This record gives sequence, C-alpha cells and structure tokens, in this order.
Amino acid sequence: MLDLREYRSLGEALRAALKRWPNEVCLIEADRERENARFTYRQFQEAALPLASALQDAGFQSGTRAAIIMTNQSKWLISAYAIFFCGGVLVPLDYKLTAAEQLQLLAHSKAEFLVVEYHLWRAIMQTERFEDLATRVVLVTEAPGGADLGGARRWEEFIAAREPVFTPRNRQDPACIVYSSGTGGRPKGCLLTHENYLEQCMALTALYPFSPGVRYLSILPTNHAIDFMIGFIGPFTCGAAVVHLRTLRPEYIREAFTRYKITYMTVVPMILKNLERGLRQRFADLPRVRRGVLNALIATNRALTRRRPNLRLSRALLRQVHGAFGGELRALFVGGAFTEPSTLQFFYDLGIPVGNGYGCTEAGTVITVNDFKPFRADTVGKPLPGMEVKILSPDAEGIGEVAARGKTIMSEYIDDPEITAQAIVDGWLMTGDLGRIDAAGHLQLFGRKKNMIVTEEGKNIYPEDIETAFEGLAVKEFCVFAANYLWPARTLSGEQLVIVLHPEAGQAISEDLVRNLAGRNRRLLNYKRISGYLGWERDFPLTASLKIKRGELAEQIRTNLDRSAVVSL
Amino acid sequence: MSSLQSTTEEVLRLAAEHFKVPREQLAPDDDFFKKLGINSLQALDLLTRIEHHFKIELPDYELQGVSDFRTLAERIQLRL
Repeated sequence: MLDLREYRSLGEALRAALKRWPNEVCLIEADRERENARFTYRQFQEAALPLASALQDAGFQSGTRAAIIMTNQSKWLISAYAIFFCGGVLVPLDYKLTAAEQLQLLAHSKAEFLVVEYHLWRAIMQTERFEDLATRVVLVTEAPGGADLGGARRWEEFIAAREPVFTPRNRQDPACIVYSSGTGGRPKGCLLTHENYLEQCMALTALYPFSPGVRYLSILPTNHAIDFMIGFIGPFTCGAAVVHLRTLRPEYIREAFTRYKITYMTVVPMILKNLERGLRQRFADLPRVRRGVLNALIATNRALTRRRPNLRLSRALLRQVHGAFGGELRALFVGGAFTEPSTLQFFYDLGIPVGNGYGCTEAGTVITVNDFKPFRADTVGKPLPGMEVKILSPDAEGIGEVAARGKTIMSEYIDDPEITAQAIVDGWLMTGDLGRIDAAGHLQLFGRKKNMIVTEEGKNIYPEDIETAFEGLAVKEFCVFAANYLWPARTLSGEQLVIVLHPEAGQAISEDLVRNLAGRNRRLLNYKRISGYLGWERDFPLTASLKIKRGELAEQIRTNLDRSAVVSL
Repeated sequence: MSSLQSTTEEVLRLAAEHFKVPREQLAPDDDFFKKLGINSLQALDLLTRIEHHFKIELPDYELQGVSDFRTLAERIQLRL
C-alpha cells in the first residue's frame, strides 16, 4: 500500500495510486448478473482526467465545492477523483433523500457543481423550489437521448482533451462536507479534512489489510462515510479493487460473492441479519444426517478458533459454506447500527469473522472496531490506533457518555459554530452515546443520551428532521421524540419515534386528527415513521425565540407519564 | 397489455404467495411494510419475483418511497 504519511491530500494519494498499479483492476460495476464496466487503475485515470479538464475549463478552482448524488456506480468514483484532482471539496449527498431535501442541502453546502443520475435529477427538476437551485454546473449521467435536462449538461459528453492541471491541497484543507442530519431542521454538514481521511485510512488498513487482488464488494451507499472510506479510499490507496453492485437484492449479492471472489464487504445489521436468516434456512432444509455433520463441523470450528480466526482451517472444515461466499472472503464489517451478538457469533462460528464497528460521520467514520484478538460478540471493539476514547461522568456501573479524540475527528459543522461547540469540547467529540470500557479495553454500548434513533438499516433519524411532515396538524403544538430519550432504556435495538400532541384548549385528540396523523406518517419513508402518539395537556416550555425546549419538555413528560401512555399508530 | 387493475391483482397475488399469507388479507392500499411485517430487503426480494413474473426490470430506486401495493403496481404498469 501507499505510505499515506507522505501525502498531503486525497487527490495526491489517489493520483499516486493510479500511477503505482496501472494494470491492476481497481473498479468493477455490476448490475444484477451483468457487468457494466471494468477499469484498471490506468483506465480509471483515463476516464477521470478528461472530466477534470472539462471541470477546470468550466471554472472549477481549488476549494470549489462539488456535490454528487448518485447510487453506487463507477461514475461516482470517477467524478470524485476528478473533483479531488482539481482541488475541490466533495459534498456527497444521500441519493435516498427526497428531491426537496437534496435541494435544501445543495443550498446549505453552497455547492457550485453537481453530478447527479438522471432519475434523481428528474425528481429534483420537478420540485417546487427547483428555481432556487444556485448550483452553477450540473452534470447528469445516463440521461436518455432527447431528455429535457433543464439546462444541465450530459456527464458523458462533459470532457476536454487538454491535460488538466493537478491542484495540490494541504492536510488541513477541507476534503469533504458530509451531512449527518438536518434535512428538516438544522443541517449538520461535517467538514472533514484530508488529514481526517488519510489518518483514518492508515488506521483501518493496518488492521484489515488491502492489497492488489483484494476485492471489496460495495453495496452501502458511497455517500455514507463508511463506504466512502472502506469502499473507495482504502482499496484504492492499496491497489485493491472495488466491486459496485447497483442493486441490494439478496440473490444478486450472493451471486456477486461467487462471481467476483469477494474478500471484504461492509453491511448494515439488516443485511447481515438477512444473510443469517437465509443461511439458517438452508441449513434447516438439509437432510437430517447432513445437518448433523454440519453442526458438528461448526462446533469444531468454534472450538478451534476460540482464540483467533483461522481462515485456512475454517475454509477447509466448512468448504461448502465458504464456497457459497466465493471462497476468498476474509471478513465482513458491520456498522451503522446495533447488531445482535448472536448474529455476530453465528458468522464467527462459520469461520466468517464480522468486524463490528462503532463510529459516526463526525469522527471520520470509525471510532472502535473488533480486532478479533480474540473475537468478541458483545462489544464494538477497541479504539482504532490513534483514537482516544473516554467515558464521561460514569455511573456506578462505569456507564457514561462516550467521547472520542484523534486526528480523524471533523473540524466543524460548516457555518454553525454553536452546534460545533456543543459537539466538540476541548478537542473531544461528544458522541451522545452511552457506553462503558471494560477491563480488556473494549467499548460496550448501552443506549443513547441524545434525542435520535438509528434503524437497523443504519439510518440516523433525528426527530426535528421529520417534524415538517406534521406541520399544520390541528393541534396547538406538537413535538417528536425518540421514545428512549423520553424514557431512557439500556438498549439500542427496536428504537422508535413518538409524537407528543398538545390539543387546542378544551379539545381532545379526535379520530379525525389521528387519521390525519396516520396519513401524514404514511407519506414518510417507512424507516422515518413515528410509532405512536402521546397526548399532553400543558403548554410546551419555549425559548425566547419560541423554539421548544426539548430537554425540559422531555423531563416534564418523563416525570408525569410512562411508556404505556403511548398510543400505537 | 394488462390494465392497472389486473397488474395490481397480480402484485397482490405474488406478495401473498411470496410471504405465505392468504390473498384475501391483502388490499391494494395496504402498507406492505406494516401489513407483512417486512423490511426493505424483503421488499426487494418481492420485487425480484415481480420482475421475473412480468418479464421487466425495475431498478431498486423504483421502490424508493413506495409502501403500498397500488403505487407499486403503477410503477410496474409504466414499464409493461
């Protein structure tokens, strides 16, 4: 791999990688059973430089902000490299947001350039606020011939023949602005520097080595911090290959493992659970004798790998299981949300270690991860090299808020010194999560201090962000909370949102109101929906600027009501 | 070419078969996540089955924001 200490920016490191391994495959784009594209490092460079040149012709300069809204595909990485080559600041936006939300974040980020897939651009063009879009140059990929692009340019035709000029950046310069929340409320755009990424990459690839021949299956959205790091920067700076799969369908993920002999893949708990369910079903369908033999082999593998993984042994013992994963799989990574220890143990017993990690965008992705020395299913592992973790105000059981410090922590939320000062105190990132560090130095998580939930798909949902969906409800006031924020619970699974309704004086919560509430709730994406409502008869405590004092309101509710007061929707 | 009504009926039948629930328990406007107790990956599995049945290709993003059978049938109808 490259010695990343020698490089000052992602652009410089990626540029060196493209020269270092010209003939190695770096990127494959697959869709279902088809392979759409395959690039060696040289071919990747040949695809990116004409785009970089055209960007510079269009006035792209050092520090120019450029957003990408795309599903996982080769043009994502090619565009990102062209942006870094030109010294730009990348703004990766979530393609799963609504078009209105994307417009809001485009405005907040002050992105001047945008690269976007046609179907997403079509939705953006149809939003009410489309006219407000201030982005100067829009490049649309895969637009059908004759499509109305509303003044945007075709990505495939946006090329220039002249040699582009590489624009150097320093380690402390901004590399990316990544939004961790704020689509409905106060946007939180995490500013991550080149140093943040280079340091994180060094720490992760030291634990989980990438090298030429290694293939990483990328199915999590590349706009997420974790896939951007482990599914782009990590493999590319080590000469490895990324396989993009343009569908999340379980059967095609299974096929991709065998077709591309995948070495690593990162998943969210929901996908891991789905894989587990499928395997358990296949095992249960085996004839009785074969099932007995398999169980004996799994027990043997478990006993022999108790201290640390032994891939060669596990592959020999459980040849068919490993064959179904392509035979080259070294490890899976899981993060983004809580994973059941039983699921982690299930895979470990099959000889497939799952690196359970914990982190957040503000920390530059990973804070802790399991190093398998030995494997632990009950923790999120130890701090990454270079990362310090401490527990603030621990209780009698040692549980308190997790704080992290290191070279990968973001520098700020853009344009918002107030929330930056709340998030980073004396150089320590306040995670808002509750945890304990055990005697072996492993971090165990127990719940949250902050008002938010994380779904098993790894989606962070902030109550403030979905309140706009309920504006205009026929009540005096309302407020959305994470149920575990109102009534603290030492769990990270099954988290739910509830809405607190304060009806107008003398009115009750009518059937009409509940119907209206349920209708609005249904229009939200399924993972953003509230689970129930709570009636409340007192005025909400407000600030001088008439904002709800959420902490104070939560305290009042906590003192007067318990969970049984929530009415399910 | 099938009508939207017959496409919706076929989608309901396929969903009932796939998730092993009686067909009569499903209605076009049902929220399939809630009614069937499924997550988005399981919904994608159903989408694969629907693709094979109708001999069409529906990108994953076509399911984005869709949670009832009727809207799903409309998306399919556009590609028939």
